[in-house]
Amino acid sequence: MEALANKAKELLAAGTVKVVVGYGKGTGGSRRPIFVRAGERAGDLVLDSACTQNLATYLTKHEVRALGRIAVVALPSTLRSILQLAAEKQLREENVLALAIVDGGVLALATFDAIEEAVATIPDSIGEADQKMIDKLTAMSVSDRRAFWADELGRCVKCYACRSSCPMCYCERCTMDCNRPQWIPVASHAIGNLEYHMVRAMHLAGRCVQCGTCGTACPVGIPVHLLTFFAENTVRRQFGQKGGASAKLDYAMSTFKPDDKETFIR
Amino acid sequence: MSERYTISEALVGSLLQALVTAGRRVLGPKLVAGRVEIADIKSFAEVVQNGQSVVSAKGVVFPKVERLLKYRFEGKTIVLDDVEPQAQPTVLFGLRPCEARAFHALDVVFNWDSKDKFFNTRMANTTVVGLSCTQADDSCFCTSVGSRPDDPQGSDILLSPLKAGGFVAEVLTEKGRALKELAKGAFQLPPVQPDLVPPATVAPAFDAKDLQQKLAAKFDSTLWAEQSLRCLGCGACAFVCPTCVCFDIQDEADTKQGQRLRAWDSCGMRVFTLHASGHNPRDKQSQRWRQRVYHKFAYYPERLGTLGCVGCGKCSRACPVDMNLKQHLAQAATQG
Repeated sequence: MEALANKAKELLAAGTVKVVVGYGKGTGGSRRPIFVRAGERAGDLVLDSACTQNLATYLTKHEVRALGRIAVVALPSTLRSILQLAAEKQLREENVLALAIVDGGVLALATFDAIEEAVATIPDSIGEADQKMIDKLTAMSVSDRRAFWADELGRCVKCYACRSSCPMCYCERCTMDCNRPQWIPVASHAIGNLEYHMVRAMHLAGRCVQCGTCGTACPVGIPVHLLTFFAENTVRRQFGQKGGASAKLDYAMSTFKPDDKETFIR
Repeated sequence: MSERYTISEALVGSLLQALVTAGRRVLGPKLVAGRVEIADIKSFAEVVQNGQSVVSAKGVVFPKVERLLKYRFEGKTIVLDDVEPQAQPTVLFGLRPCEARAFHALDVVFNWDSKDKFFNTRMANTTVVGLSCTQADDSCFCTSVGSRPDDPQGSDILLSPLKAGGFVAEVLTEKGRALKELAKGAFQLPPVQPDLVPPATVAPAFDAKDLQQKLAAKFDSTLWAEQSLRCLGCGACAFVCPTCVCFDIQDEADTKQGQRLRAWDSCGMRVFTLHASGHNPRDKQSQRWRQRVYHKFAYYPERLGTLGCVGCGKCSRACPVDMNLKQHLAQAATQG
């Protein structure tokens, strides 16, 4: 933790970055994202097992970008998100620096190549409980699985915390909000909820870094991350491509052109 | 005038049973798969007596999706069909006093100009049995918004736990008296000096009136941008909130028929104020966060004579990035 504070102080003092996005103390022992813009606040940074949110979400937010070059405290999943955002042309190398937390130490990674190298050495790990649930769901009959999700998604209120917390859900205009034409029912009824979550899972197939932040963000405890994990695993199996492995990958399920005539995706 | 009785622990069960027998749907805070939800209560043992449900009980009177009307095409004419509210006689049993108080904040909006028959029918069919809090947590701030953990406002009957077990039951309204009539035997004469479990301690974090005055001069403050930097712009806070009342009207139709729905909406979301032209008067998250604070703590008291917040703290607990409302308001009330 001290190493992180020192590194943050050093980067801010040298003007290498304008803000360090990291974790700080939250309500009742929880952790919250904080934005350190002055060296003397570097001591507010906290690093422990309660720091689980994927902070890459902030890298595409206008308000955060407007502060200047960002250093982000990066879990392995955050590093993968950076690569995926880079591959989708959402992030420029000169605008971000990753403070990778590897083996308890802090590693400042300033290039996508360096991040790619670091990511290659970190094994993928879905938590044990999540893996168990995926196995359980996979073994279910289609009707049992449908019943499971109908029950879980019945609690969904369409607050979109899953979408908002996901680093890969950065679109300025989401299909969910589009009403001319209205592709997906807006109301949070059974079909509206089901279609939303299915579309989200499909949009993350091949792009999901399996951080699980969407599931943690859900206020009513729906394991929505299992849907994107499953979609991601399927792409890996079928196409041998993995979300967040490289800044240069051509992805199996989606394509992106910086000169696309649609403006909403830029 | 309220009437006070005692209900022994054993008789609380018979009271619940009597309500079910009388055809009431009984809902209350209940532990479901590790979360506290407002769910069907079968026995008093199921009622979570302290701690907050994740989502409020608002949905009983203002469901997340409500059908307002139906229409169909018959030849060249359009036939409109009214929809009647689906209002089941319901008892909210063991509700936190803050949540009981929240129905008033909904009522002032749903009866502001036109009278909303859906809300009013559901409200008329709902009886609230509140339960005083004896524990609170870091997100609670009822005492900062003119209330307290044993506030009777909004409850038809308020239960307060006795040290020796059982409750003092304060029957506060006509609805409360009607409910008492369903299980007369459960309501016994009160002890002369009831020895109550002390209510939860909730230290005031700010003064709502003082905050309202401060807000008048803070509209252009940089505080809102500072506070909202971590805000993700989702609707978790609004959708768990017992007083958030904003909704969206959606038509769902095919070539033969359609229905008009009212669905929860949130001012924290970017599309909430997006104009058809593409212009968005609240284009930044800081403006949306400011709106949330001002709506509840400035515009409500100014225009509707009540706060748009009961200090339950559900928003803070549900927020994926720990936007703690109490802390943010205390900061707004003390700074500058």
